[in-house]
Amino acid sequence: MESPTDILFKALADPTRRALFERLCLDGEATVGALTAGAGISQPAVSKHLGVLKQAGLVRDRHEGRQTHYRAQQRALAPLVDWTGRMNRFWEARFDDLEDLLKRMDQ
Amino acid sequence: MTDTDVRRVTVEREIPHPPEKIWRALTTQHLVEEWLMKNDFALDLGHRFQLSGDWGHVDCEILDVDPGRSLSYSWNHAHDDPAYRLDSTITFALEPTAAGTLLRMEQVGFRPDQKQAFGGAQSGWKIHLENLEKVVATLD
Repeated sequence: MESPTDILFKALADPTRRALFERLCLDGEATVGALTAGAGISQPAVSKHLGVLKQAGLVRDRHEGRQTHYRAQQRALAPLVDWTGRMNRFWEARFDDLEDLLKRMDQ
Repeated sequence: MTDTDVRRVTVEREIPHPPEKIWRALTTQHLVEEWLMKNDFALDLGHRFQLSGDWGHVDCEILDVDPGRSLSYSWNHAHDDPAYRLDSTITFALEPTAAGTLLRMEQVGFRPDQKQAFGGAQSGWKIHLENLEKVVATLD
């Protein structure tokens, strides 16, 4: 059986899917129609790629009327990103919050 | 275990507040929640607690306490997918300076599956993902 990490790698191995995922990361939510407009491929092809991204947990969909909206799930990237770099950024951000808290403790 | 299996992260920052105050923020349950995560922290050697976020939780146990100077606890994350699993120890050390305190956090972890997870990756992958993460980081 494929592990979730394998599925993730496969989903992002395709440049069209990567482009769709990056576009969703930058634009937030988008409909299949809007994504098709910039993808240079047919709407059914875009839908198929979005299905693979969804299976890998990289996007979520939301139905509204006849439209399906897609949104990037950036957290799904976690296992692929270098652990040290990720934890470093995590702690830097926590230290930022700690400093904010310390300022408030003065008041 | 070889050296390459060990993951170590060190974050250091000089903070313009006295060590006693930072110690309070590091060891008081409701204050820890404000800067780190929801928790059931208590400053007792051997006390087990959890830090929880919307993505899951970390299992912790207080390993060492040197009041006002250093605090160590385990930081373990269990997960069905080995790529997410993590066993680590974190240590906070406080050192008074002229301007306040030098706060140092060191996390040492062991993830036997890390290399395996990267095993099938092509060389360009890492760079691509790092760039992608930079984009993602600007969105927060």
